[in-house]
Amino acid sequence: MTSIQRLLYFLTLHRTGLAVCMVSLGALLFPVLDDNPYTLGLSHLVAINTLVVLGLNLFIGYAGQISLGHATFFGLGAYGSAIISTTWAVSPWLSLILVALCVALLALVIGIPVLRLSGHYLAMATLGLNFVVYTILIQWDEVTGGPSGFAGIPALSCADFVFDTPVRQHYLLWAFALGAMLLMLNLVRSGVGRGLAAVAGDEIAASSLGVNTQAAKVKIFVLSAVLASLAGSLFAHSFGYISPDTFGIFASTDFVIMVVVGGMGSIWGAAFGAAFLTLLPEWMDIFDTYKDLVHGGILVLVLMFLPQGLVTGLMDMLKIRWALRRHNASA
Amino acid sequence: MLQLNNISKNFAGLPALCQVSFQVPQGQLTALIGPNGAGKSTLINCITGVAPCSSGRISFDQTDITALPAHAITRLGIQRTFQNLRLFPRLSVLDNVLTGLTCEGGSSLFMAMLRLPYLRHRERRLKLRALEALDRYGLTAKAHWPAGVLAYGDKKRVELARATVGNPRLLVLDEPVAGLNAEETCVVAEHLRQLRRNGQTIVLVEHDMDLVMNAADQVVVLDSGQCIASGTPESVQRNPMVLEAYLGRMEATA
Ligand SMILES: Nc1ncnc2c1ncn2[C@@H]1O[C@H](COP(=O)(O)OP(=O)(O)OP(=O)(O)O)[C@@H](O)[C@H]1O
Ligand SMILES: [Mg+2]
Repeated sequence: MTSIQRLLYFLTLHRTGLAVCMVSLGALLFPVLDDNPYTLGLSHLVAINTLVVLGLNLFIGYAGQISLGHATFFGLGAYGSAIISTTWAVSPWLSLILVALCVALLALVIGIPVLRLSGHYLAMATLGLNFVVYTILIQWDEVTGGPSGFAGIPALSCADFVFDTPVRQHYLLWAFALGAMLLMLNLVRSGVGRGLAAVAGDEIAASSLGVNTQAAKVKIFVLSAVLASLAGSLFAHSFGYISPDTFGIFASTDFVIMVVVGGMGSIWGAAFGAAFLTLLPEWMDIFDTYKDLVHGGILVLVLMFLPQGLVTGLMDMLKIRWALRRHNASA
Repeated sequence: MLQLNNISKNFAGLPALCQVSFQVPQGQLTALIGPNGAGKSTLINCITGVAPCSSGRISFDQTDITALPAHAITRLGIQRTFQNLRLFPRLSVLDNVLTGLTCEGGSSLFMAMLRLPYLRHRERRLKLRALEALDRYGLTAKAHWPAGVLAYGDKKRVELARATVGNPRLLVLDEPVAGLNAEETCVVAEHLRQLRRNGQTIVLVEHDMDLVMNAADQVVVLDSGQCIASGTPESVQRNPMVLEAYLGRMEATA
C-alpha cells in the first residue's frame, strides 16, 4: 500500500469518529469566532432542535412510523422542568431527569397499545395528544402561566458554575446535542441498529430474522420522546421563558419536516435538517412571513422527488451510481 | 426434529391447509412439493410464525412453537427464505447478511448506544462471519452494493446467505431456485448438497423436480392443502395419487 492508500483506508475506517471530531471542533470554536448573542441564540435553537430531530428521525426512519406529537414531549419537558424547578424549587438537573422519566412513562402508555396496531394510528394518537396538551398549557393558567407564558425559569448550573451566559449555554447545549448524536451513531452501527433498519424495511422479514418488531418500535418511540423532553428542559432552562406557541401542532409538523429534509434514518441528516429549517428564516425574510406555507411546500417537494428525504435520498442515489459504475468497469 | 400434527389453516373461512401432519428428521433434507396453490408457502408461514395456523400443533425439539411469534421461533434456531424475495433494498449486501445474525447481535438498546469494547469485538466477529458467508456464495465483490440494485439471481443468493450465516438448526427454503437459469440453478443445488453434507436440517419447497429428486431424503406432497403422500423420492415418484395430482393438472391445463 502506498501512503496515500493507507491514509484513505484510515479515513474510511474512522470516518464516523473523524466526522464527529470535526463537528465538535466547529461547535467548540464557534463562540470564539462569533459571540454575538443573537447568533448564539440561533445556535442554541439548532442544538435543541437537533436533539429532538435525532430521536424523531430514528423513530420515523427506523420504526417506519410517524409521530405528529413530538412538540408535546418537547413541551412537557419544558413546562415540566419549569414548573418543578420554579414552583417547587427543585434543582434544575433533578427536575430535568424527573420530567424525562415521566415523559418516558407517558410514551410507553401511548406506544404499547397503539404501536401494536399496524398502520399509522400512532400519527393520529400523537396528534390528538398534541391538541390536548396544548389546550391544557393555555387554559390551566394558574400553573402554566397560560397564553402569556412562563417566565423566570432558573438556569442550569454545575456547583458554582452557572450556565447563564449565551457562550456557556452554547457549550452546554452542543455537548448534549453532540453526545446524543454520538449515542445514536453508535446505535445505528450496531446489531440492534441493523434490526431496527430491518423493521423499517420489511416487518415480516425483520421478525423472521429474530427482531421483536413491536418491542423495537416501542423502545425507539420512548427513546425519541425522552430526547424531546430533554431538549424541552434544556430549552426552558437556557432561555428562561417559554410560551405555549412553541409547542403547538405546527411545531410538531416542523419537526417532521426537519426529519424529511434531513432524510429518514440519517443521523447527520437530522442535524442538517434541524439547522436548515431553523436558519431558513434568517436568510430570507419571505420565509418568515409565509413560514408554514414554505415548510409545507418543502415537505411536498422532498417527498415527491426523494421519498427517503433529502440527505438519505441523495446518499442512496450516490451509492447506486457508485455500484453501477463499479459493475460496468468490471464487466 | 420438527413435528407437525394436524395443521389446518383457513383464510377467511376458506381452507388453505387441512390436517397436515409430518415429521422433519434431524440432519436430513425434507422436500415439500405440490402444484401451485397447494399451500406450501402457507405451511412454511405457519411453521415460522409469520401466519399462525388455525389449529394443530407444531413442535420443534419437543418445544411447542405453535403459538409463538415469529421472532421467538427464529431465536430457537429456525431461519427461512421467502418465495418473493424479502431483502432490504436500501441496506448493503453485507448489512443484509448481517441481519441474519440478529439473534447473536444483542438486543439492548442501551448497550448498543454505549458501544463498549466488547460490543465492538462482537461486531467485528459477526462481520467476519458475514463476509465468509458472502464468500461462500460468491458475492464478495458486491458486498458494499445496495441490495436493491443486484440482479435477481444474486438477490436469491443473498437471501440464502442471510438465512445460513447464523448456522440455524433448521433451515426452511421457499423455492430457492425459482426464476433462476440452468447454470444458476446448478450452483444453488451444489450449495444445498454442501449444506446437507454438513448435517444441516433443511425443509425445501421447490418445483424443480430434478433438484428435489436428487437432493431430498424425504419428500412430502401437498395438494389442495392436504398431505397426499410422503416418503423417499423413489416411492413418491411411483405413488399413483401423486401422479394424478400432477398429471391431472396437466391434462386440465392442456
Ligand atoms: N393471505 C392470504 N389470504 C387469502 N388466501 C391466501 C393467502 N395466502 C394464500 N392464500 C391461498 O392459499 C392457497 C395456498 O397458497 P400458497 O401460497 O401456500 O400456495 P403454494 O403452494 O405456495 O403455491 P406456489 O407454488 O404458487 O408458491 C392458495 O389458494 C392461495 O390463494
Ligand atoms: Mg409458494
